[in-house]
This record gives sequence, C-alpha cells and structure tokens, in this order.
Amino acid sequence: MSLKKISKNQPDNFEFNEENKILSKKIISNYPTGRQKSAVMALLYIAQRQNNNWIPLSAMKYIANFLNISYIKVYEVATFYSMYNLAPVGKYFIQVCTTTPCMIRGAYNLVEACREKISKEEKKISSTSDCSWMEVECLGACVNAPMVQINEDYYEDLSKEKMIKILDKINKDEKIYPGSYRGRKNSEPENGRKTLIKT
Amino acid sequence: MLEDKDRIFKNLYNDFGVDATSSKNRGDWLDTKVLISKGREWIINEIKSSELRGRGGAGFPTGLKWSFAPKEVGSRPHYLVINADESEPGTCKDRDILRFEPHKLIEGCLIAAYAVQAHVCYIYIRGEYFNEGQILQEALNQAYKNKLIGKNSCDSGWDLDIFIHYGAGAYICGEETALLESLEGNKGQPRLKPPFPALVGLYGCPTIVNNVETIAVVPTILRKGSKWFTSIGKPKNTGTKIFCISGNVNHPCNVEEEMGISLKDLIETHAGGVIGGWDNLQAVIPGGSSMPLLPKNICETIKMDFDSLVENKSGLGTAGIVVINKDQDIIKCMARIARFYKHESCGQCTPCREGSGWMWRMLERMAKGEASREEVDMLMDVTKQIEGHTICAFGEGSAWPVQGLLRHFKKELIKRNNFNPLIKKNKNVPYLIDQHLLEEDNVKS
Amino acid sequence: MLKVKVNDTEIEVEDGLTVLQACEQAGAEIPRFCYHEKLSIAGNCRMCLVEMEKSPKPIASCAMPVTNGMNIKTNTPIVEKARKGVMEFLLANHPLDCPVCDQGGECDLQDQSMFYGIDKSRYKENKRYVPEKYMGPLIKTQMTRCIHCTRCIRFAEEIAGIEELGAIGRGEDMQITTYLEKSMQSELSANVIDLCPVGALTSKPYVFEARPWELKKTETIDVMDAIGSNIRVDTYGWEVKRVLPRINEEINEEWISDKTRYSCDGLKKQRIDTPLVKENNIYKKLEWEKALNIIAEKIKKTLPEKIAGLTGDLTNMETLFIVKEFFEKTIKSKNLDCRAENTYVNTEDRKNYIFNTQLNKIEESDLILLIGTNPRFEGTILNLRILKAYRKNKTKIYSFGDIGELTYPYEVIENKTDIIKKIIEEKHDLSEIIKNSKKPIIILGQSVLKIKSSKYIFNELKRFLEKNDKINNDWQSLNILSNNASTVGAYDLDLINPDNSENFTLKSIKNNEFDIIFLFGQDNLKFIKKNEFIIYVGSHGDRGAELADLVLPGSAYTEQDGYFTNLEGKIQKAYKASYPPGEAKEDWSIVNELANLIKRKKLFNDKNELNESMIKYLESKKIKIAGNSIKNEFLSEEILVEDIDYYYSNVISRASTTMTQCRNEKLNLKKNGTEG
Repeated sequence: MSLKKISKNQPDNFEFNEENKILSKKIISNYPTGRQKSAVMALLYIAQRQNNNWIPLSAMKYIANFLNISYIKVYEVATFYSMYNLAPVGKYFIQVCTTTPCMIRGAYNLVEACREKISKEEKKISSTSDCSWMEVECLGACVNAPMVQINEDYYEDLSKEKMIKILDKINKDEKIYPGSYRGRKNSEPENGRKTLIKT
Repeated sequence: MLEDKDRIFKNLYNDFGVDATSSKNRGDWLDTKVLISKGREWIINEIKSSELRGRGGAGFPTGLKWSFAPKEVGSRPHYLVINADESEPGTCKDRDILRFEPHKLIEGCLIAAYAVQAHVCYIYIRGEYFNEGQILQEALNQAYKNKLIGKNSCDSGWDLDIFIHYGAGAYICGEETALLESLEGNKGQPRLKPPFPALVGLYGCPTIVNNVETIAVVPTILRKGSKWFTSIGKPKNTGTKIFCISGNVNHPCNVEEEMGISLKDLIETHAGGVIGGWDNLQAVIPGGSSMPLLPKNICETIKMDFDSLVENKSGLGTAGIVVINKDQDIIKCMARIARFYKHESCGQCTPCREGSGWMWRMLERMAKGEASREEVDMLMDVTKQIEGHTICAFGEGSAWPVQGLLRHFKKELIKRNNFNPLIKKNKNVPYLIDQHLLEEDNVKS
Repeated sequence: MLKVKVNDTEIEVEDGLTVLQACEQAGAEIPRFCYHEKLSIAGNCRMCLVEMEKSPKPIASCAMPVTNGMNIKTNTPIVEKARKGVMEFLLANHPLDCPVCDQGGECDLQDQSMFYGIDKSRYKENKRYVPEKYMGPLIKTQMTRCIHCTRCIRFAEEIAGIEELGAIGRGEDMQITTYLEKSMQSELSANVIDLCPVGALTSKPYVFEARPWELKKTETIDVMDAIGSNIRVDTYGWEVKRVLPRINEEINEEWISDKTRYSCDGLKKQRIDTPLVKENNIYKKLEWEKALNIIAEKIKKTLPEKIAGLTGDLTNMETLFIVKEFFEKTIKSKNLDCRAENTYVNTEDRKNYIFNTQLNKIEESDLILLIGTNPRFEGTILNLRILKAYRKNKTKIYSFGDIGELTYPYEVIENKTDIIKKIIEEKHDLSEIIKNSKKPIIILGQSVLKIKSSKYIFNELKRFLEKNDKINNDWQSLNILSNNASTVGAYDLDLINPDNSENFTLKSIKNNEFDIIFLFGQDNLKFIKKNEFIIYVGSHGDRGAELADLVLPGSAYTEQDGYFTNLEGKIQKAYKASYPPGEAKEDWSIVNELANLIKRKKLFNDKNELNESMIKYLESKKIKIAGNSIKNEFLSEEILVEDIDYYYSNVISRASTTMTQCRNEKLNLKKNGTEG
C-alpha cells in the first residue's frame, strides 16, 4: 500500500458535533476505564463521516486530545488502515474490488467504466459530478463478484454495462439500490438451489 | 449430499428473516439456560468430543483452545473476542452469518463466554462490513431487550456484555494478535508469541479469540450433541462447513455442506459447474487466497477437509474456493494475489515487508514474459526465505500461493519467460556462495 | 537456574533470560538489528533466528524466553540460510551508498553483511524511494537506508518518555517520522543516532566531517551538568569532532543529553587564545610575562583582604584546589567562594549537598517530591531515571509548582514554603504519605536553596525525615540537585565561606568593597563594577571576560586532565583529548606561575604533586560535627523554579552553533503555538 497522500488544503479546526460527542463518549464506555485508546479507530471513522468522508489533520489532533493520547499514535493508526481517507473523496465514493476472485469475473471492466464515467485517475474527484473511485483489495463478497462498494453499500453481480447505468444515475444524483444486479437472492446459487429448499 | 435437516445455518440465504422471533422459530435460544446449567466442563468436553476445528483458517481444535483459558479467574478479567475480520480473498461466509444468522453468533458468544469465564465479548468486524455490523447491532439490541444477554443472560446467572468493534481496512487484523492490537487502538501489527492470547491477550488479560463460524455452530452442536456432529464428515474433520464457491463457475454461491465432500461435487452440484465445462478447468484455490492452488488432475478427486488438502500440499483454510478456468491467465491471477499480500503486509518484520513486494514485482514481469529463466528458480528461493521466518502466519500466506503456482505451473512460467541467462548457473553451487568467482568458467559462448 | 543446550554445550542460565542472552552466555554470538538491551523487545528484524529442537520453524531468539531443557542450535545450515535470507531482504531496498554514508565504518548492517551478505544483488526491481524527514537541527535523516527496526520509536517512547516518533503507513511503504515532521522535543533525542543500526539517522552537525577510524578516541567525563555522564570525545587533530556516550550503568547508562553531545562545537568558537588587557575599553593582546607581571604588581600593592575570587561552573578540582592554596598561602585572603549567587549550603556534612539516593537507586523509589527544581532541564539524565521509576513502580510524583512537561505525570502542590512547614509539622496530607512511603525521595533544586527560608527548609526537612526514619543506612531520602559540574567538588574542597551561612564574598563584591577580583571561569557574576581590577581566567570570551580588565586564556574540559565530582559525590577524572588553542594554558599552571611570580616559589612542582596534595586534603577531611544552633528562620515565600536557558547554560554551550539552533527551534515552536 503506497503511503497515503495527505490533503494540502486543511481546515484549521475540527470539533465533533454534539451528536458525535455523545456517540464518541458512548463508544469509549465500551472499553475498560483507562483503555480509551481502543476507541481511536471508531472516533476516526466518526470524524470521517462528519467531515464529508475524509479526515483532516485537525481532526487527528482533536481525537488525540479527546482520548489523551499522542498525535503520532493517531497519525500512525490513520495511515495504517486503508479505510481512512486523508484527502477529500467524492460524495459518492466508489471502491472497486479487483482482487483475483473479482478480477477473473471481470472487475477490470468495472474499472474501465469508472475511468470512462468518473475520472481517468483513481482518487480524483470527477469534473462533472461529486464522485471519485479507487481500486481496493478484497471486500469479502466473492461469490457475488464482480462488485463495488459505494459509500457503505455493496453493489453485486455487476458487469460493465450495469456499472455504467449505476454511474449514470449517480451523475444525475438519482437513487441507486444496493444488492445483486442479476436479481438473485443474496449468495444463493442462481437457477435452482439444491439446498435449504423450502417445504 | 448433506440433508437439509442437518444444516446448521437454515437462514443462509435469508429466507426467513433475521429478527429474534424468527431466529427462535429456527431453534436459536431454545433452552440456552439448560445448556449453560450443564457447566463449563460439560460444554468444553462436548466441544472437544465433537472435534470441532476452528473455521477461521488454521483449523485449531476449538475445545482445546477453550481449555487453555485459566481455570480460575485471577486479578485479570477474561475476554472473549470474535474474529469477524473476514478478508481472505475468496471468502464471504462470515458476512452471511453476520447479516442472516446473527442470533446464532450471539448465542454462541454467550455459551463460549461462559465456558471461558468472560463477562465481556468484543466482536471485531471488518470496517467494510458496516451494514452487516448494523444488522448485528440490531440483533444485539434485541437480545439485550429480551434479556438473552446482559445481566443474568437467559436467566443463567452469567453476565455478558457484547460490543462491536469495527476494523478499518487491514487484512492483517484477521491474525488474532494483530486483531488484539487493533482492538487496543494500535496499528494492527501481530505480537510475538509466546505468550499466547489465552494467557496474555487483550489488555494483557487471558483472551480467547474465535472465528464467527466456529462460535455460531457451537449452540447447535451442544443441542444436537457431539455424536451428531461427528457423524458428519470424517474423524478429525467433522461436521458441516460453509463453502464459498467463486470464480469461473456458472452459479457462484455459498453453501453449507459436509466436511470431506468432494470438490468436484461442490462445483458441479452446487455451483452449476465450471464455465466452459469441467474440462475447461485450469486450477482451483481451495481455501482462500493463501492456500496453494490445485491443478485440474488433483481437483478430480480431492476431498474438501483439512487433512486431505494438507496431504496434497494445500489446505482447507477458510474454505473459500476460487475456481480458475482455462480462459484465465494463471500467472496474472497469482500476480494479483501477490499484489494483495504486498498491499496488506503490515510492514513489521523484514521478510514479509521486503519479500511480498519483491514476489509481486517478479510475478508481474513473469506474467508479461519479461523475466529470465533463472528468475523462476529465484522466485522459489524468495518464497522459501519468507516462509517460516516471519512473526505471524502472513509470511506463509503470501509465500504459499506463489509456491503453489511454481509447483504446478512451472512449465507455463518457463515457457513464457525463456530468456536464456548469459551466465549458466552451476547447479551444485548454492546461490549464497560468491558466484562471481565461478562466472568466467560458466560463460558459454 | 535453567539448563539449556547451546550448540551441544550444556550451560546453566538464570531464569527470565531470552534465548539470545543464553546463547551469548554460551559464547554463541547472535546477529541482531532490532534487539537492544535497554529497549522493549520488538522481534521484527528476524536476524537473530536460531533453531530450536521440536520447533518446525526457526525462532527469533531475542523474543523467546528460555525454558528448561531447551536445545538451541545457532550454527546449522537452516539458521545460516534463514539469516542470509533476511540479510538479502534488508539489503534489497537498502541503497548502495556506503561511500557517502556517515555510518560507514560503524554500521551494523555493513558489519553483518560481511558475514551474511551476498556480494551480488539478485534484486532487479527499482529500489524504494523514501523522502527525508525533518527531525530538527540534530538529526539528519536518509530514510532510504532505514531497515525499520523501530529502535528509535521505542527509545522515544520508553526511555525519553515523549511519544513523538512513529512508523506511518504499512508494509513496504512504512516510514519512520515525527508527527508532521516536527523537530524532536526531547533533550535526549540524539541518542536515536547511536541506536540507529544503519545510516538512516545520523548526526547533522557531524555530517561528512570524518570517518570513525580517523578519529582519536578519549574516554572522559562530561561537564555540561552535574551528572558527570561518561563520554568519549573523538578528536581529529586539535578539533573535537563529536562526543558519544560511554556505558556507565550507575550514572548515565548509555545515554547522554543533547547538550552533552552537541556543545562540542562551542569548543572551537569564542575562544580566548592569548592574554588580553583592557585599555580604553579595547582589549589588547599582550605577552604572558607582561600580563602576569601586571597582576603580580597589583597584588603586591593591594591589601589581602581587598582581594577576592570566585570560581566557575566548569572548573576542575585541581584548579579549584590550587586557587584555594593560592588564596590561602600566596595572597592570604579569605575572600574566596565558588558561588556566584547566594545559595544556601551546609557543608558540615557531605550528605548535606549531594544527591544521596544515588542515580541508579531512583528507580526503586515509590514517592518523589520535587521542591524548586525542574529535573528535565537541570539533570536530564536524572529525569530519565525518574521516568523509569514511574514506569516501574507507578511512583507518585509531586512538584511544588507547575513546572511544565516532565515526560511523566506529576501532581502539582502550591509552591509555598508554608506547605513545607505544614508537612514538617505534620499538618499536611503529604506528611502521612511520606511516612508511609518505603523509599521516598525528596529533591531540592538550586532554586529553593536561594530563597530566604532555604536554611529552614533544608534543616527542618532533614530533621523531619530523620525523625521518621527516612534517612538511614539503607535509604537516603534527602537530595540536592546541583546544576553545575564543579559545584560538589568545590564544596568538597571547601571553597566556601567557613561559617556556612551567607555568601559574604559575594555580598562584599556587590558592595564594591574589593580592589582586585579574580574570576576563575566564573561567568555568572552579576554586579555593577566600579574601580575593581578584574582578572578573568578562562577558556571563552563570555560574560566573565567582558567584565575583566585582564584576561588570561585557560583550557576547556577536553584540553586538560582534571577531576570532577558529580552530584552524587562520585569523583571522576576527565582526560585531555585535545590541547588548548593558541597561547592558552592549563588553568592550574596559570595559577602556579602567578604564585611563583609573587612569592618566588611555585605552589606545586608539577601536576602530580598537586593531585597528591588534593587527594590528601580530601582524604583528611573529617566530617564536622553538626552543632549549629543558629535559628532556622522561616518566611512565607513562593518557591519559583528558575527558568534554565537549557541550551545556553554555560560558556561552551553558549558558543555552540548547534545549541543556538536547538534553542531557536524551541523558541520558534513556542511562538507558533503549534507544539501543543
């Protein structure tokens, strides 16, 4: 994993909103007293959701002070895990799984669709809509390959055409529906399952 | 084929709904109190005699693991940690348990926590499974509301709190000690062993770490009895298992089947066969990306259980079966897996940090035919230098798939990368010895 | 004791050792990069792999505890193959820039690649690029050389106590850095340079200066503070190129402060290299003979009681002793003192002015009370021991007044003498806490010894501790933290007013009662000069020389042999590593010659005689019986810890460019407000 690029444009200040302050304190209470450091991952994620899906440096400082740990420890965690975005991403953030099980079912066709419809480069916000994409490693929905994750939802059993349709909708800011795009139920085999047959 | 009545995960495809009531209708939470009242000894013995092996990849006997927890709770509390950081390419079984059978998992947590004397249980879910985590949280809320967990869970006298901890995108956190580090709010870098988590784990306290599927099958085993479980499969490889069949098959799916079912049966019966027919099969990765692949001739007869696969120099792993047909470039497939390991290496110890990237770069060149013939042998050397020299099993995980490729598709590699090296290597001289001293004699015109 | 076999030799080792330590005891050397005795075990370099019977894989010997009956092999083909493999990985992305690397010649990777390296790289990919990281004016980085052993991170966290280094990113892109490349805050930061097994972190001031094998190495003692850290001074010709720590487990373990390490460039700057005389406010060079004659003439014309002398912070004990002899025998004046301020000291008993607990016992303590001291700046190495105590025993630490970040948490008590009075009178919670503590430590700093109640505080506190059996043969709880290298030595040699109370010499100087004042390396005297004739003997043109009418060039601590007694009373010898510049002479010989000129007789025939005489004096010194009945006067006062200009605390560090850079870095940080 190449080192994450940190956004050059950084807001000066960051603070949790009231709702997130309560949520953060609740999460800290999940861990034994004195182990508040355990909450750092959750708090970074909360900060990311509050701040348009990316974490500014001021948020890392804020969290370090919130948990009474050193800045460098928060910084280490934020750069270690791949889900923390340290630079702005689109309002629709599309992660295309391209690991082998998806790859052999055509994941790179979905990448092509993204290149055509969003931007030529990864992690670059589209010039026409609030949308960016990147290649990611296995998202753990291999039997529904190829698939993408858009924000928190999984879109499964895709093809290039279907992906383009989804992206067109996104570009128009229309509602999109997660799940299988071949109309099958979750991870059951299509065309007649041999198990768990309803009686 | 396994009969439906012997299937544990009846709601694998979500035919019935996930709420507490419908779960109860399927038999969850039935007399949990009675099971617990039989005592820890009984529970651990029952699990031991069921020969249940961990479903997370390593296949360690679950009952034995539980028995490592200290018998008496000392000054340090015990913890139960559920590993739901399912990230092994080819595997998506825990996802379905989390979203469709959460009550099986929660009930299993209660029984396991009681058995290892833990009052707190953390479920570490990979960050990408955000929605699955929300479903599980809803199930936890219902369980709390129905007094199934919490104070005096199920009226059993045992207090248990379960919390969800989300990961944030790191395959390595599936390694149990890396997972504990991550739970403590650090980077997910595996710890040195010994000490093992059963004695020094989360926050330095005794901790038992189990996979989702392992824990979720526990209540059913206890209810139906270890004899029932051992009657399925074969000795040391008992019970049922969720297989994830992905890749070039007509109908990729998750299916719960008997341990030791033949691979061909799984592919042909459940997954609708290989795309292009069985003869179009090139290779199968039988247990998630870190297990060495199997060529077609072995796939004909191989049985899917821990021991049979080990005999064939592979492993059951997580039972994530990736089918690769002849339309695919096998070297490219493996190069992509090597890229995955390069991306996910935590960077802590030398062989994995430096070796995983090296392997990937060589494989990428080999896929394009830009490597020399001697590099094919060198690649094997590199995998051997990683394997067994790292802090955690990630080293093996990244080296084995490449070794599998070299073992079964070396001809393919050599065919594509047939640059003749200028200097012929003297076969009897190991690479470690000063080669330049030999070079002049070895240059052939 | 456990029995283990190492390479078929059976040995017995203590419980609790690692396999690596056991192998070393058996004489089998194990290569390592990440393992370090003083740091926690990381086990990440994988260089120390050995074979263990019954283990399918080779094990990391640094991390594996020894158990009874282990059978270890360190010389098998499997072990060799494993180590060579690891070495190849380490070298794969390591640049081949040894010819321009400052670590060359003392590089662990270089040394070990001689045994385990392959001469030809099989790694055909592009080598990894890692950008350099700014870590401040002391540490130069070349991160492509980094082998990710994490020693530096562990040092900052565990020893220095400031979590400021970390490894960001993961996998092969992991990079060591400070948070957003801020300069390191710790006063011990440069120790990471010694710890770094490769050339990733090297010394910025020493960059491209010399190769280790061209340097003359002199083992000596540091004088930047009163700790007496053991150091090695590396010289190239006259020039001191660098200062490195020497291991002394009782004093500095193997660390030194940045000031100790980097003040050495101050030895080359602002030096006085010839005698000077002030005429019409302009200094003029003159010859030694003339200069000494001027002084001799002046002394002959002046009454002894009109002559005074003050000695300095960095003056060695030989010089102190000969100055004492000079005043007693040659001039016959009593106006000699080592204190440039009105510091209270009770020299009746040696225990009254040293750090009695001893540095290496601090970590046993369960309670530490800081009164009028900031140990982080006054005794950086001592502070590190307090942190160790805190880490080991969760030692409770109290300070009178908030004195800023100390690298460990402490409770602030109001900085009033009234509180101390209450403690002594058992009217404060702390009285009970001290009584209940098994091994309490009370540290009095110089700041508290300068206030009006200092006598009361010291003597009554001592009485309180004695009464409660906190001062006994097993445990000495009352300590004085001296700030300067010569303080304790000067007290030992009684360069102090005999009646132990006020500094009359200083008082009279300030009242302009003297005609001649000698400043022997004394640069801290603050007074308004009138008609005094001031003679400065010292190495640097600093505040003291500025005051003087006549300046005689002396030597710095690296240029003459000399004893120093550290704050805990350990007498150690500093050795001559270089020679004084220009016409400068060793300090003792200047005094000796002056005595010769005045009385036609040298005080000592040579340095040996001086040494013997001094040692005899120290040995013959009987501890005086305490019988002082002067009332210990109490006043309600505030105890203010004086700010130490840490990087500018003596002439050498003030002359040092590196120290100036460090100081600027700290000040800038404060101005930006980005440090916290």
